[in-house]
Amino acid sequence: MSETPRIVYCNCTYAKVVPPEVKGEVLRRLCASGAEFEAVADLCDLSARNDPALKRLAGGGPVKIAACFPRAVKWLFHAAQAPLPKEGVEILNMRERSADDVSRALLGGAP
Amino acid sequence: MSGALRIVLYEGPGAVPLAEEERFQTMAALLNGGFEVARTRVVDAAAQLVLGKFENGGPALPAAAQRRDISGLEPAQVVESARETRDQAGARKLEAWKPWFPVIDYDRCTNCMQCLTFCLFDVYGVDQQQKITVQNESNCKTDCPACSRVCPEVAILFPKYKNGPINGDVVKQEDVQREAMKVDISALLGGDLYGSLRSRQADARKRFSTERDESKALLERKRCLKELGKQLDIPDEVLMSLPSAEDISERAERAKAKLAQRQARSQTVKDTRPAPSDKEWGI
Ligand code: SF4
Ligand code: SF4
Repeated sequence: MSETPRIVYCNCTYAKVVPPEVKGEVLRRLCASGAEFEAVADLCDLSARNDPALKRLAGGGPVKIAACFPRAVKWLFHAAQAPLPKEGVEILNMRERSADDVSRALLGGAP
Repeated sequence: MSGALRIVLYEGPGAVPLAEEERFQTMAALLNGGFEVARTRVVDAAAQLVLGKFENGGPALPAAAQRRDISGLEPAQVVESARETRDQAGARKLEAWKPWFPVIDYDRCTNCMQCLTFCLFDVYGVDQQQKITVQNESNCKTDCPACSRVCPEVAILFPKYKNGPINGDVVKQEDVQREAMKVDISALLGGDLYGSLRSRQADARKRFSTERDESKALLERKRCLKELGKQLDIPDEVLMSLPSAEDISERAERAKAKLAQRQARSQTVKDTRPAPSDKEWGI
């Protein structure tokens, strides 16, 4: 039986590289849904600090991560000795995709 | 090293769910305050601060967790209460530093060490396996992507940079070709630049031989560097202190010698000397 992927949302708090209207709307939709999710202030910050939270986020089974470019997110986890598994990870790029698109991919049609 | 405070916004049995807008405002305020927060219906063992509108005694908590009833609190008050708990728990505090630092894409990196020899601020080092690594993230100069320009493999990312492929966007063939044209660091930022500056300065001296013209030469250097800085997006502060071609090759030689020393040492069967310190490795 396949596990329901967890949801991780990155708020990119310390820079404005993710359009505020996209990240704001994605967070709003997550909050409006019934879904459980983990929201982090800034994955870059967690990575730079080798924060143990990254191991927990990487290690709990399938996961969908709303952040930025997949290559950046992959190596940020790796840099903190918390590599993402090869399977079961979907990274959604809020720098390039619309809030609609990202929310749909995160929530998989859930209300 | 202590981690960030783990906050849980609990909405399971024993708590009344927040209204949609209130939930959004509370989450957003916590995130903008630099906190990590999970919205959940189950309190896991890692939770340190459990927020919610509790009823009937609320959920059972792990021993180390604290509970805060947020009924009637404004989002700003919730953040304040999170700050208090963070300080009591000795969890990591936020710093003013914008998380700006290089991240290596090891699928592309060939361990050539150009970044290590180039960086003036000891951001790079090597690990026990002699593999390049980023070891002093906070030494990196905010908004300076200079080392990513010297990487021949387009393997250095700055996730918060504005343009691809440095920001992590897919590396295209033309990016690789462009990088391949930079034969080495000195050609990019050392030899060519300094060579041309020297000859321009010499020309200038000929033309104005009656004047002592050092200040003009300095201005000329600044002008050329500014132009280069604009093209490559490198802050003035970093450009003005770039190593010369000679410095770079000297640093490269020192790095090679240290690696060779380390390799020879690791091949010695009964070597009881302690491993080199980070400082020793930060060339
Ligand atoms: S991982 Fe991407 S979205 Fe998250 S903080 Fe870093 S740059 Fe911003
Ligand atoms: S310059 Fe690029 S390829 Fe060379 S060691 Fe540094 S990251 Fe790796």
